Amino acid sequence: MTTIQTRAKTGQDNPIAHLSEADIEAIGAELDRIRQSVLDTRGEADAAYIRRVIATQRYLELGSRAVLLGSALPPLWVLGTLGLGVSKILENMEIGHNILHGQWDWMRDPKIHSTTWEWDNATPAAQWKHSHNELHHTYTNVLGKDNDLGYGIMRVDEEQPWHPFFLAQPLWNFVNACFFEYGIAAYDLELGKNLKTPKDKRSAEFKANARKVVAKIRRQATKDYAVHPLVALPFGAFLPTLAANFTANVIRNVWSHSVIMCGHFPEGVETFEKASIEGETRGEWYLRQMLGSANISGSKAMHILTGNLSHQIEHHLFPDLPSNRYAEVAPQVKALFAKYDLNYHDASLPKQVYSAWHKVVRLSLPNGWLATTTAKNLPQQLGLLHKMMTGSRRERRLIEKRLARAASLLEAKARSTDAAPEAA
Amino acid sequence: MTATLEPPVRGSRLRDRAIRVAEAATTPLLPADYLDLFAPLRSGADLRGRIVEIHPETRDAATILIRPGADWAGHVPGQFLRIGIDVDGVRQWRAYSLTHGPRRDGLISITVKAVPDGVVSNHLVHHARPGTLVHLEQAQGEFVLQGDADRLLFVTAGSGITPVIGMLRNLFPSTDEGVLRLERSAGLDVVVVHVAPSRPDSIFIRDLEALAAAGAIRLIARYDDEHGVLDVDDLASIVPDLAGRRTLACGPAGLLDALAAHHERAGLDLVVEQFRTTRVEAGEGGTVTFADGRTLEADGASPILDVAEEGGVLMPSGCRMGICMGCVIPMTDGAVRDLRNGEVTTAIPGETGAVKVQTCINAAAGPCTFDH
Ligand SMILES: Cc1cc2nc3c(=O)[nH]c(=O)nc-3n(C[C@H](O)[C@H](O)[C@H](O)COP(=O)(O)OP(=O)(O)OC[C@H]3O[C@@H](n4cnc5c(N)ncnc54)[C@H](O)[C@@H]3O)c2cc1C
Ligand code: FES
Repeated sequence: MTTIQTRAKTGQDNPIAHLSEADIEAIGAELDRIRQSVLDTRGEADAAYIRRVIATQRYLELGSRAVLLGSALPPLWVLGTLGLGVSKILENMEIGHNILHGQWDWMRDPKIHSTTWEWDNATPAAQWKHSHNELHHTYTNVLGKDNDLGYGIMRVDEEQPWHPFFLAQPLWNFVNACFFEYGIAAYDLELGKNLKTPKDKRSAEFKANARKVVAKIRRQATKDYAVHPLVALPFGAFLPTLAANFTANVIRNVWSHSVIMCGHFPEGVETFEKASIEGETRGEWYLRQMLGSANISGSKAMHILTGNLSHQIEHHLFPDLPSNRYAEVAPQVKALFAKYDLNYHDASLPKQVYSAWHKVVRLSLPNGWLATTTAKNLPQQLGLLHKMMTGSRRERRLIEKRLARAASLLEAKARSTDAAPEAA
Repeated sequence: MTATLEPPVRGSRLRDRAIRVAEAATTPLLPADYLDLFAPLRSGADLRGRIVEIHPETRDAATILIRPGADWAGHVPGQFLRIGIDVDGVRQWRAYSLTHGPRRDGLISITVKAVPDGVVSNHLVHHARPGTLVHLEQAQGEFVLQGDADRLLFVTAGSGITPVIGMLRNLFPSTDEGVLRLERSAGLDVVVVHVAPSRPDSIFIRDLEALAAAGAIRLIARYDDEHGVLDVDDLASIVPDLAGRRTLACGPAGLLDALAAHHERAGLDLVVEQFRTTRVEAGEGGTVTFADGRTLEADGASPILDVAEEGGVLMPSGCRMGICMGCVIPMTDGAVRDLRNGEVTTAIPGETGAVKVQTCINAAAGPCTFDH
């Protein structure tokens, strides 16, 4: 995918070319109306919902930790680990993520408020709120501004020049998935940028934040890897409990990483250029959120476990509406997409995860390489790749051009054969 | 010497350590967050209560019986408590007088009159259900009997009877055998002037009439529909021995203001309890900035508390009328205007230091910054 702006310039199909300025503002007004309709009916039932989810999560956690006392027995280990994994997923997604967005601040309950909540995650709530709420949600899918796009270490767009270094990005992505909470902590800290800065030049703010992250990680690790295993020691379950807690954390990490990848990374989700968001109107901002997000379809349980980020489009349009209401506004939002002939990205979890991973792999390779590779020409293609990795920069650019040309020829051919049956 | 000191020290150290381990096991939550699932009224928890019973007093007033949490410290009749209840999912705090003395069953009660469009009062009177968990604060207030005066005059109007009925019930408990005369109230001479729109609108009128019938008090009921609106200047003729009594009054601001003027002229002391404040003309507004950097526009008529809550800032609050101090936060810079009397309070960095401001009855008077 290329940024919307480049595609418009190079004459490729631009998904918003058919919208007039008035259309965009009308979309904005309609979305404002939908938002207000939820605000007007927000009340007791919503408050009861979040309290019920919180209570359920706490009972589940207590129950799972109790079961893990007997985790020397393998069936109990499996049961307790799954329970704890699900509890941690609920805590991070439907509860933590959404409370930290301020979705429940209107209840004025000091115990369920974005300014007082802390979550079961390596990154301290305050730092996450800054990088997520202020940066990601403001600069959604703007290259170079939205760190959620590849966390600064991945190639997320064709326009980013390819480098052999990116060949390993599927591997990093996998490692990042397993230890996602630490990945988030690192990127909330802008660790990469700060580590490149000489030690004595790093800001006092960074140092203070880093100390907070270390303290948070220490508390989290003490809980999962010392206190609970020690409590289980008399039951002969020190190591099983430790392994269970580790596994539950990995389950939670992989799950949340997958959900978040599905939100903005599947094929077909748009990216934007920095300059495009200067002087953006409310309607244009809404439009960027509409095109830059993808939904996951599935059961009610799946929606809850994703923290309703399965309604990523609705969440990005209305980040501060209570998550339990996204399902209700989704049909209205979808109808609006249809009315203005826009693509409402919606697919099942396996499809979206596959699509996102496919993109990670595709972009780890030079542009056009994957599209032009078949089982037959694999040896030559690998040869090309080898040349690109070892050759000079000039050689690399030349091969890149050749690949791109071959890929666009293929695409044109595919299009004409697609069109043929219709013509007949 | 150390031998006698050591055991408790060791005990508390052990307890501290146990608490620290429990906290390490529940981080980022607290052990209390889990205990609250099972025992929200336990000792050591945030003070809460559970509504046990609600019974109507008049068509728009009801008494709410509450079982308070284990840490409830009791009250002196005449005092009020702050209660936080969720209405339409939103936590609202208000103050209500306790309408009884200490009870054997440990319950507490408040009596609420629904005011037109009142968020909390209507909810409590018409919609709240037994079993609901509410949030409480310990009783407070100075509207209590000092025990140094035997001759008392209570002037009450409307729901202003509530703190007074608490005192009277404590002095003269009513049982199946009638009103008890206890030693603590033996020498008392009590007159109650009660003002209400009509007799059916009077909360506790049957209690007052029963006390009067038993000879415990002298009741002078004044109903607007029967007697016309009470003129405070007539008080001396209604209660001829006024000067020899200590006056305690609770009712609308208009009545209390008139009474204050009257007693000042007569050189008499007056103890009052006010449920609601009158406000002066608003001034210019300003902006309000909070510690997290959030800045909100505030007009000159809106209390900072309302502005902040609307803007999503989590604010402490209580009576919302400048009485309980539950809403006080430090202002580091700027000026606010008291909506009751127009008085301006200013904080100048490096000069005044942080000034504590009651946000419920102060509006912005220019840009101001709060350390909250
Ligand atoms: C120390 C103290 C003790 C109190 N004790 C009692 C008590 O025992 N019983 C009791 O019923 N109330 C008592 N109150 C008043 C109570 O705290 C609330 O203010 C009252 O119930 C109205 O709250 P609300 O949420 O229903 O109204 P809100 O939604 O806050 O106000 C709605 C409208 O009603 C008006 N309004 C607010 N208060 C009053 C009032 N008192 N009379 C008429 N109009 C009003 C407001 O100006 C507004 O226009 C006490 C107040 C204080 C400060
Ligand atoms: S809330 Fe009671 S003084 Fe402000």
